[in-house]
Amino acid sequence: MNLIQVHVWRGGAKGAFQSFEVPRHASQTVLDVVTHIQRTLDATLAYRYACRVGMCGSCAMTVNGVARWTCRTHVDKVVKNDQIEIAPLRNLPVIRDLVTDMREFFDKWARAKGSFESDRTRQDDFAVLPPEDENRKQVDAAIECIGCGVCYSACDVVAWNPDYLGPAALNRAWTLVKDERDTAGVARLRAIAGDAGCHACHTHLSCTERCPKQLSPTASIAGLKRAVALAALRGEL
Amino acid sequence: MSTRAQTLLWMAQRVSAAVLALCVVVHLATMIYAVRGGLTAVEILARTRGSIAWLLFYMLFVLATVVHLPIGLRAVLGEWLGWRSPSRDAALLLFAAVLAWIGMRAVLGVFL
Repeated sequence: MNLIQVHVWRGGAKGAFQSFEVPRHASQTVLDVVTHIQRTLDATLAYRYACRVGMCGSCAMTVNGVARWTCRTHVDKVVKNDQIEIAPLRNLPVIRDLVTDMREFFDKWARAKGSFESDRTRQDDFAVLPPEDENRKQVDAAIECIGCGVCYSACDVVAWNPDYLGPAALNRAWTLVKDERDTAGVARLRAIAGDAGCHACHTHLSCTERCPKQLSPTASIAGLKRAVALAALRGEL
Repeated sequence: MSTRAQTLLWMAQRVSAAVLALCVVVHLATMIYAVRGGLTAVEILARTRGSIAWLLFYMLFVLATVVHLPIGLRAVLGEWLGWRSPSRDAALLLFAAVLAWIGMRAVLGVFL
């Protein structure tokens, strides 16, 4: 039987890699590998997953040094010399083994005013946003984020500046800035501007390169920079 | 520092970068042209001394540098050294003043 050597992070912030031998199968994903270890080799291994089909965003890990969604990452794509190294996501506190604490990641969505605000009620008619509307096109291009944290883990600015809101929260804010129904307006721009916001982005594009949904948080952040600059020039900021 | 001030700093850095891009091209082109027949102080001073155009150009160059450099350094100090307290901005303001002083001194040195 074809085996692969899998080196898995064990412990919290301090710990070490533990090696396992896992049988290799056709179309096997990295999540399959971790699940095999937990179910047959070491039941104490902690990891997180839910949907297994790339929708929930809960299974992201660092595979061979690169943040990836493990449920849609085939072993064939990442294995090197029959070896794989699996670690928790970077830039987030490790709870245990492969499980990170995502609180700060999602708290930053709230800090970036990442929730829809509206003055409409259920008595109002539907807002009509045609697919060809330019603002809607920009929302559509950024809306499919599953909140996996891969971009946040890949971002060097997050590593250097812990207050930085990060690509996912800013991308979310951008979808709301361009949403004509949203009423947060300048208050949201204030929330996402400055040293901890969009202006901290160095356009390294790591988030865009790593996003498993092929979104471009970098483009969203650039859009926010333009929107904030315009607001500042108008004296609204 | 307020979010608005941080935003204005970012805008100032972008604008000064555009100015610097132009200034550096002109400066490099002048250097390449000037060294063709050998570079001498006499030749440089003959071009710059009393020239209002060169005076204004190099004053703009210095001004763009004075704006651009401390803002960039502000990010470097914050990210690499974790220096984010107000003392960082005070130190950079002093740095900008020193840059302006030595830059303008050099510009006037070849004009007067």
